[in-house]
Amino acid sequence: MTATAAPTTDVSDREGATRRPPARFGDLVAAEWIKHRSLRSTWIAYGATALAVIGFNAGIAYDTYSHWTLQMSKDRAAFERDGIALQEAFTPNAALLMALALGTIGALVIVGEYSTGTHRTTFAAVPARRSVMAAKAVVVTVVTTVFGLVVAGASFAVTQAILDRRDAGVSLGDPGAFRVVAASALLAPVCALAGLALGAAIRHTASTMITSVVVLLVLPLFLTDGRHWSAVAGHALPYRAWLRLVDVNYSPTAFPWTVGGAWTVYAVWACAACAVAVTSVHLRDQ
Amino acid sequence: MIQVNGLTKRYGGTTAVKDLTFTVRPGQVTGFLGPNGSGKSTTLRVILGLHQPTSGTVTVAGRPFRDRPRGLRHVGSLLDAHDVHGGRSAAAQLSALARSNRIPRRRVDEVLREVGLAEVAERRIGGFSLGMKQRLGIASALLGDPPVLLFDEPLNGLDPEGVKWVRELFERLAAEGRTVFVSSHLMSEMEHTADQLIVIGRGELVAAESLAEFSARGTRQSVTVTTPAATALKELLTAEGAAVRLKGERLTVTGPTAVRIGDIARRHGLPLHELSTRSASLEEAFMELTADRVQYPGGDPR
Repeated sequence: MTATAAPTTDVSDREGATRRPPARFGDLVAAEWIKHRSLRSTWIAYGATALAVIGFNAGIAYDTYSHWTLQMSKDRAAFERDGIALQEAFTPNAALLMALALGTIGALVIVGEYSTGTHRTTFAAVPARRSVMAAKAVVVTVVTTVFGLVVAGASFAVTQAILDRRDAGVSLGDPGAFRVVAASALLAPVCALAGLALGAAIRHTASTMITSVVVLLVLPLFLTDGRHWSAVAGHALPYRAWLRLVDVNYSPTAFPWTVGGAWTVYAVWACAACAVAVTSVHLRDQ
Repeated sequence: MIQVNGLTKRYGGTTAVKDLTFTVRPGQVTGFLGPNGSGKSTTLRVILGLHQPTSGTVTVAGRPFRDRPRGLRHVGSLLDAHDVHGGRSAAAQLSALARSNRIPRRRVDEVLREVGLAEVAERRIGGFSLGMKQRLGIASALLGDPPVLLFDEPLNGLDPEGVKWVRELFERLAAEGRTVFVSSHLMSEMEHTADQLIVIGRGELVAAESLAEFSARGTRQSVTVTTPAATALKELLTAEGAAVRLKGERLTVTGPTAVRIGDIARRHGLPLHELSTRSASLEEAFMELTADRVQYPGGDPR
């Protein structure tokens, strides 16, 4: 390891000659994309999650396929009426798994910086911290949306192909099918942004992970539709919104809610998460 | 030029830095010296806009650093060589930094060559030694070719060749008219690196002056004399009012100058084998000055 003395231009000359380029948000997005893609662990996490989610869904469809009996052939009408094929396009377990994994990936985008000290290097290079966080949110949103589309699309294709062997699959054009794929795909960026916000606010790896599990997994299971307050709080969570969106044959409960309401929950979580991520780094010492 | 004016930074009930005022000028290497936990890192973080001052102002080239949308062309910094993600390669780390500040990609290769990491550019930083990480941190600081450079304990973990290289680099950067501000808790590191010194202890300013002024301060000079007639000379010097310590043939004299001692010896016909003035080391001067300020409780807040 030898150091070579590279010539460096004299500062006074340089100051006169250099016209500093304007600060552009696109550069920050590009920089965050370089950071995101240059970590091998990112790709391992995406790959493992995709395989697990698609495998989960395909497994359930295969169960249906392999346990298909003559009786079921006769009850084909019931199978279709209950929308079983669509339910198997993306199962609740797969959705929870994806929510947790994507929440973690989103959180690591910022907690990975806090735990290693990289945030100081980042924010010393770009004092406009809010812009840095906004750029992170853009990269997380784009990458996880693509991820969600690939995983939800592949899950749909694989499960319906399996069910088609019993002539029971549906196509994307069937009523509700597109909504199931879209809601499942968009669950990915919603949870990833929630993770990013929690990470930016909490800054410690373990606490962020625990909080993320509580918000994405425990609360939606705990807040049932039995009482009004509990139903309302439960409906405000991403996983419950997903459940509502994929429930094509929704039958109203004591406290019913609409598909539009569920889409709004997605949107509010995404926007609120961005706001928390951007403001928390702006206000606090780094 | 860095101007720190009445800076106070408190974390909860702990005061890390108290009413600190100093200026770091371009064209020379300024050492930032203080015992562990004296507030050096806090001050550097405030200069970089990472921490908000509780009171007082800090400007770089006349503006608070945080007001600048992008920083690397204004201030290059190395706060802690470990402030990198071990999973990335050196090239990826620098490319992301360069891109965020719209610095051309070729500059990454240039600085990697300059710090001697070109051959390991594609290796993951996690496998780097501390010395290599220091070089990478210095490369990040140089990326934007900035007029102001800050380094927090850059010599940690470097081998002697690395230390020599860093010193020459700092000298060159200063000679190019840049402001170079280097912190250390070891005076011996600064002795051959800095032209100016800012010394703090317990978050307060102890001294801000040139290295020469600092070394002349506080400590008396002593003269070492070697002579076969040590006992005789000791008596003569003691009679003159000097403080003399005797060890074998060697006398350590404080009080009279070397010239005066030489004259006395000649007058009495005593042979001298060695007569040399010894300044107390800077380390001694530093420790004397900060002696009452090292028991800073709590340590360096991070």
